[in-house]
Amino acid sequence: MSAGAMRGSGLRHLRRKAANGAMWGLATLSIFACLLPLGLVLYYVIAQGAAGINLDFFTKLPKPVGEPGGGMANAIAGSLVLVGLASLVGLPIGILGGIYLAEFGKGRFAWTVRFLADVLSGVPSIVVGIFIWAMVVVPTHRLSGLAGGAALGVMMIPTVMRTTEELVRLVPMSLREASLSLGATHWRTVLKVVLVAAKGGVVTGVLLAVSRIAGEAAPLLLTAGGSSFWATRIDQPMPSLPVQIFTYAIQPYDDWHRQAWAAALVLVSLVFVLSVAARYATRGRFRMVR
Amino acid sequence: MIGMSVKLQSTNLPGRGEHLVKIEVEHLDFYYGRVRALVDVNLLIRERQITALIGPSGCGKSTFLRALNRMNDIIEGARTEGKVRLDGEEIYDPGVDVVALRRRVGMVFQRPNPFPMSVFENVAYAPRLHGLARGADLEDLVEESLRRAALWEEVKDKLRGSAFALSGGQQQRLCIARVLAVGPEVVLMDEPCSALDPVSTLRIEELMHELKEKYTIVIVTHNMQQAARVSVETGFFLHGELIEFGASTTIFTDPADKRTEDYVTGRFG
Repeated sequence: MSAGAMRGSGLRHLRRKAANGAMWGLATLSIFACLLPLGLVLYYVIAQGAAGINLDFFTKLPKPVGEPGGGMANAIAGSLVLVGLASLVGLPIGILGGIYLAEFGKGRFAWTVRFLADVLSGVPSIVVGIFIWAMVVVPTHRLSGLAGGAALGVMMIPTVMRTTEELVRLVPMSLREASLSLGATHWRTVLKVVLVAAKGGVVTGVLLAVSRIAGEAAPLLLTAGGSSFWATRIDQPMPSLPVQIFTYAIQPYDDWHRQAWAAALVLVSLVFVLSVAARYATRGRFRMVR
Repeated sequence: MIGMSVKLQSTNLPGRGEHLVKIEVEHLDFYYGRVRALVDVNLLIRERQITALIGPSGCGKSTFLRALNRMNDIIEGARTEGKVRLDGEEIYDPGVDVVALRRRVGMVFQRPNPFPMSVFENVAYAPRLHGLARGADLEDLVEESLRRAALWEEVKDKLRGSAFALSGGQQQRLCIARVLAVGPEVVLMDEPCSALDPVSTLRIEELMHELKEKYTIVIVTHNMQQAARVSVETGFFLHGELIEFGASTTIFTDPADKRTEDYVTGRFG
């Protein structure tokens, strides 16, 4: 406040100033309260995990209990395969569904689909795991990478679908009109203009969905299972980083704990890389809004 | 044309003999749901000249323009009645291919709406879509379209750059080039200068004068000076009705209808 230019030393003025200061302080405090756990998680994962990171971790298979060394190469590969399978299931359905909702989705049916997608995105992941266990694992009599991919894929669909819908909706009507007036069909317009305009955002949504499922352990326990070997076939149980972390963390061996921390660090790094990639993708050359 | 029952000011149209009728509109009605936006519009649009449509906001002139390439089809709950013939061919017949129609009747919108692509890709979009050209032919077509839109010299070194990097006026000319690349016969312009500064507006008007040598142009405008400057014939819309249609000189200096006179002299609107 500049001194004394406008005299505002009354009680009301002081009260306003105090309230302003107090709220500002609370808001600042909340930011730190929010950042603190995040910082601690990162610090812990790095501090504990860095010790277990070495070349062997990325290239070797797990060793039996008591034998030192070994790595989680199979779990890293398995996680990538599972995420890939999930994307094969989740992305086409999610993106096409989102386009449908945004472009053609009117009336009761679309409302119901939207509602169910929101419900599905709120369903606990273990429930999705049980569902796929009943649908795939029980009939085929085995845990498999396929089942794991299906579970993760089902989890991706609602996120991808709603993100795509929102972003396709944001594309201005004038762009659609321009394309239609040039003699393009509605579908071509959506494919060549609307999706291109919404691309950055859709990619972000997809990568966020991928990051989310990459860290899921619960549904995989019931579907992909785990293994200490290379998973070369998707109809066999498939190891993954989250399941490996879980398995190792609940055992009483220090060596395994170290490896579990290392796996956690790798997982966090993976998600981090994906987020950075998402930011990079949205930084497109032909931005709608400058 | 034979059998036209339109209430045209059929006298003193300059150059009638040279300009054949391109579009005939007969008893056109248009409804947004229950709202009647166009009331029994009858109108002839002559080829290779500029026809202007004026009127206050919400008078139906844009709706009318969009009826000419069936852009109103995409509005839900809208209904069109009456006849619109392009070169004598009814465009609202059930068998008509809307895609083919829109290739012949292109449209430029109120705000420049380039696609989020490069300058080149914007112009190449429709030729690619319709399989008109590829490779070197496509490059030639893009250049020719940009030249026709009087934009080539300004963008020839930034064809691969984003269309959004262009100024508003350049973007609008890009949109015109994009339409020309399809090889249309009619170009509909829906207030093409309303988002532009005076200098850009002038450039677009000059461009329209060049384009009318080859294309039939229908322009909707809020700007009466513009209509008077560019058009040979002008139609005045009010509350969905075509109040008066005739030579622009007549409409702006000696209109037959009192309402037209009130509007062009600035008494309302």
